[in-house]
Amino acid sequence: MATLAAEMPAVTTRTANKKRQGRPTWKTVVLVVSAYVVAFLFVFPYLDMFITSLRPQSELQTTSILPGHYSWSSYSTLWKTGLGTNLKITLMVSAGATILVLLVAMPAAYFTARRRFRGRMAFLLLVLITQMFQPTAMLVGIYREFLSFHLLNSVWALILVNAGFNMAFAIWILNAYFSSIPKELEEAAMVEGSGRLGALFRVTLPLAMPGVVTALVFTFIAAWNEFIVALTLMQTPDKQPLTVAINGFIGAYNIEWQHLFAASVIATIPVIILFAFIERKVVSGLTAGSIK
Amino acid sequence: MSNATAASSATGPAPAPARASRRKVSLRKRVVYALGPLLWIGPAVGLIAFVVLWPVVVMVRTSFQKVSSYGEIKGSNGWRNFTNLFDELAFKGVVERTIIWVVVVVALTMLISLGLAQLFNQQFPGRRITRWALIAPWAASVLMTAIVFKWMLTPGYGLINVLLHDVGLLKDLNGASADPLGKASTAMPWLIFVAIFVSLPFTTYTIMAGLSTIPGEVYEAARVDGSSRWHTYRSITLPLLRPALTVATLINVMNVFNSFPIIWAMTHGQPGYTTTTTTVFMYILKGKDLGESAAMSVVNFGLVVIIVALFLKISRWKTEVD
Repeated sequence: MATLAAEMPAVTTRTANKKRQGRPTWKTVVLVVSAYVVAFLFVFPYLDMFITSLRPQSELQTTSILPGHYSWSSYSTLWKTGLGTNLKITLMVSAGATILVLLVAMPAAYFTARRRFRGRMAFLLLVLITQMFQPTAMLVGIYREFLSFHLLNSVWALILVNAGFNMAFAIWILNAYFSSIPKELEEAAMVEGSGRLGALFRVTLPLAMPGVVTALVFTFIAAWNEFIVALTLMQTPDKQPLTVAINGFIGAYNIEWQHLFAASVIATIPVIILFAFIERKVVSGLTAGSIK
Repeated sequence: MSNATAASSATGPAPAPARASRRKVSLRKRVVYALGPLLWIGPAVGLIAFVVLWPVVVMVRTSFQKVSSYGEIKGSNGWRNFTNLFDELAFKGVVERTIIWVVVVVALTMLISLGLAQLFNQQFPGRRITRWALIAPWAASVLMTAIVFKWMLTPGYGLINVLLHDVGLLKDLNGASADPLGKASTAMPWLIFVAIFVSLPFTTYTIMAGLSTIPGEVYEAARVDGSSRWHTYRSITLPLLRPALTVATLINVMNVFNSFPIIWAMTHGQPGYTTTTTTVFMYILKGKDLGESAAMSVVNFGLVVIIVALFLKISRWKTEVD
């Protein structure tokens, strides 16, 4: 038994060394190649989106995989079609919803993580249920509600809806982060003279920052990409966010695909980059938020 | 927690004569205790009430009202919105299609994601970059993804058609088979494909998060015991992944059930109603009869409530937040 245990590590290090020094085994090659192929398939549609946006009008309907000439003119003419207004609406809605979620979710998450109070379970259940529901399922209700409040075509309506439906996820993530920070750290800061709020801002918040950033980026991206509520509530073209405006391109008699895709690239690339920044936090966020 | 124990130990040994005044204090204290949390969670509750709960009330009320095509309320309509809905010729097909849509998309997504999670959990050069590629469909708007696929399936010059033609799988670039979205039998498979495509990143990441919670020693022990790889995966990895798989399945079911942009952008639920799910049907009805559309929403919503209730029961969520 003892000899077996002593031999085991030696065997594993030897094979590990062989792998590292010698030529890669066919297994590793298959692994790496398949990973790269899968990765390529996942960006493939977005590559075609980008390439199409660079195709000149004359090369739009050809069977060549890559265009002979590249042209950036779609992007410059795009601004003349008034898409800048739609981009502004999208930015306002995403930023507004993110700030609102920050203001509303942080105190709630902090309090439920630190205190046991009556109604805590009821509140957490409410949040969980909200997370399950999507605006799509209650579209008619949302439409009639905002109609009666005269909030159709109002940016505020979209900010409220996006904040409301994304707040649940933010509360979950933040709750998990706040719970993982020992109470003693805060109490120590309070002993040293900072008040409760001082301890919160100087000790707890900085430690919970990864969670805060993850929650905010998720909210921002969700609001940025939201489509069906905006399609229902925002009926005048100059009040529509990018998603609805781009969908509007399709309805036109002559679909100007290169313009459509230039707009899509503008609507897509920023969020993919933003998401890539928090990619490493996503796994810990998901573990903390839902599958502890 | 500490406040509650402090309060009870303070009131415990108090002398009898002070009882009257103490009751006043504790009443005020109780009010403060009851209202204190509201300060912190009040805004969140308010927002949920305004944006989530109130629309549900309005929606249910609308489903029993007669609404003119201009959106005016013309009084009560009893159950007629519901009977009209059930009498729609397309209704039965729409419901059946929705069930198939959800089951097929979620089942295939889970299966493929299990494989992808295993693949991207390995160490290999360039893993970061491949993982970045993997998140693209998650970060990008589902609508944009659907539009690109519609473009790539355009007859004559869509990239997927061109590639299929080059490989020899597609005979005529301008024929009927080059317009898969225009035909009922091929439109649905492509919609399912796109729905799986956009669901894979989130699911794969959730499973990878689940994998990261399994301690390495467990595998070490399995190796010492001499169990085969497949056996280890089936008897150790899969059972330990159960929480992650439950969450991923539920969230996918909700997403796919509510999925609107993919179908709307690619086929509008056509040809006929052959690619219409309940969500799309609700939206189509919204243009015709708001009351009937609300009835469809209520039916939809009832199904969502059942799914959520089932999940709460399965996951025993209370043990997790305590």
